[in-house]
Amino acid sequence: MSTATLERGLNALREQIDAPVAAFFSSCVNCGMCAEACLFYTETGDPKYTPIRKLEPMRLIWEQEYTIAGKIKKLIGLSEPVTDEMLEQWQELIYASCTLCGRCSLVCPVGNDIAFMVRKVREGMVASGNSPPDVQSAAIRAVKIGSPMGIRLKALQAQIKHIEADTGLKIPVDVEGADYMALLSSMEVINFPEYVESLAKIFKEAGVSWTLCSEAFEATNTGIQIGSTDIARELVQRVVDGAEKLKVKYVISPECGHAYTAIRWDGPNLIGRPFPFKVVHILELLDELRASGRISTKDPSGEPVTFHDPCSIVRKGGVVESPRHLLDMVSTNFKEMPDHGKWNWCCGGGGGVSANTDAEELRTRVFRRKKSQLEESGATTLVTACANCRLVIEEGLEEYNMEFPVTGLTEMLAEHLVTKEEA
Amino acid sequence: MIEPMDFLLWVRGTAFDVSLSIFVIGIVLRLFEILSLGRAANLAEPRGTEFGPGMKTILTRNIPEAGTFKRQPLTVIAGYVFHIGLLISLFFFVPHIQLFAATFGFGWPGLPTPIVDAATVLGIVGLLAVLWNRLTNPVMKLLSDKEDYLVWLLTFLPLLTGYLAYHRMVDPYPLILGLHILSIELFLILFPFTKLMHTFTLFLARWYNGAMHGRRGVQS
Repeated sequence: MSTATLERGLNALREQIDAPVAAFFSSCVNCGMCAEACLFYTETGDPKYTPIRKLEPMRLIWEQEYTIAGKIKKLIGLSEPVTDEMLEQWQELIYASCTLCGRCSLVCPVGNDIAFMVRKVREGMVASGNSPPDVQSAAIRAVKIGSPMGIRLKALQAQIKHIEADTGLKIPVDVEGADYMALLSSMEVINFPEYVESLAKIFKEAGVSWTLCSEAFEATNTGIQIGSTDIARELVQRVVDGAEKLKVKYVISPECGHAYTAIRWDGPNLIGRPFPFKVVHILELLDELRASGRISTKDPSGEPVTFHDPCSIVRKGGVVESPRHLLDMVSTNFKEMPDHGKWNWCCGGGGGVSANTDAEELRTRVFRRKKSQLEESGATTLVTACANCRLVIEEGLEEYNMEFPVTGLTEMLAEHLVTKEEA
Repeated sequence: MIEPMDFLLWVRGTAFDVSLSIFVIGIVLRLFEILSLGRAANLAEPRGTEFGPGMKTILTRNIPEAGTFKRQPLTVIAGYVFHIGLLISLFFFVPHIQLFAATFGFGWPGLPTPIVDAATVLGIVGLLAVLWNRLTNPVMKLLSDKEDYLVWLLTFLPLLTGYLAYHRMVDPYPLILGLHILSIELFLILFPFTKLMHTFTLFLARWYNGAMHGRRGVQS
């Protein structure tokens, strides 16, 4: 990457301004309703976290360079320029106190998609050298090593060996012509290898032809989180190259929120062409297997269980019903949290926040929102479908001394799966 | 010294024509300014459509989400009250409709003046509540800039002067009627270049929001 400068940052912001952005800024009347949708405001009461205010650097550029009145004001010296100091000051607002959860975008009375614009401002922050060092290092590891957590192929191979030895299941790698190529998040490789085991078990029963790709197994995309199109493109390209090499028909996005955004919605736009394969989220695929009768479950649990909707999969991804269908397969006592589905509250660690040590204290504070949601749900077990949400929630629960087991939905389904031997 | 009658004739004549022209040309320019920026074609395979969900969001954003409403009822209620008061007094006062008919060649039935009068009071009270909210609510206080107070004043003055004129509370009458028309002209001239533009651009904003979410299969 070339050296970051203020000028490059401002240019990056200019490049991000399109008709929707101009329509959004033209419509904002500073009513402040977005604050009430944002857990960083509701849990701290600090007005500086008001979502629309986080966009001030881009709003200034838009006003000064893309509106008649703003151009006149700038000409006669009545406007405040965007400076390096301002961008530095905004780092906390753009990275530590925004998870790109998109709840504000659903609440704004004039219809502003604020999260869409925060993502755009991040491009300017990266280009001007104002992104947080932790997220920067994760992005560098992702580009150089292939994983933001620094996990190499060897680590995955070791996990595969373990799983195969323990279970007798086969984890296919680099199988050309398989129907599905599964992606994983680093967290699944290291923290939750149960996910890989569950995939192998379910796909075996359902007769799904699948494979992992040794050159493209990482699904997460730090370029999307930090706000660098260049990095995001490079990481997506690896997946596309892997899928094209193995000639698969589908790529499966794992239980990870932003990975789905990256590969499903941003991917083709990043590489500038439609994909020759389809992208499905693992929950969509499992729901399809359920609907076509290729998988069935046994002994559904009667324990009260609730579901945390990962923002990127539900509100920003449209996978709303699938997890509920699947939960009904494994539980007879599913309880929705207050504010669920597209209205769910973020775990507080999305959009790169969980990788940012500057955000740790704040993240713990705002976890109170999830805590009270869980308490009101009346459930005793939490199921989710994102490795990052899961880790963040587990840490939050520990911080608040709450006993609340958390599990992944794919894993839970695998536990209740009816196998051929049994049938 | 300008006579009140001459002042009234001037604001009803030249000043009205000039401000109305600025209003219309300004709005067209601003909309062009926004739409000409365009947006990149989306290459990701859609899950849903754009047009329908976009149109639906234009309607649904009139109703706040229940939880958000509970946390900030004053903003919503005061906002509703002043907008409704303003729209009724602007579009359903018979002399206003006659002016529209004379300018654009078409009109519509008005409402009885006591109703319009009550709406004007609602509008004024609503706007005062909005101002109080802006000055005291920590979020709005931090967000607000000079322009927010300017557009508040631009909206408040026509209601206030209209009320004073209708009730003959200022003598001479041509003076207050002239001031009422002048306040509207200020509103018209500054409308395209301030946040008052949200009246039109919110349709674009809501549509884009609904369309972008709709494409992903989410009704926003």
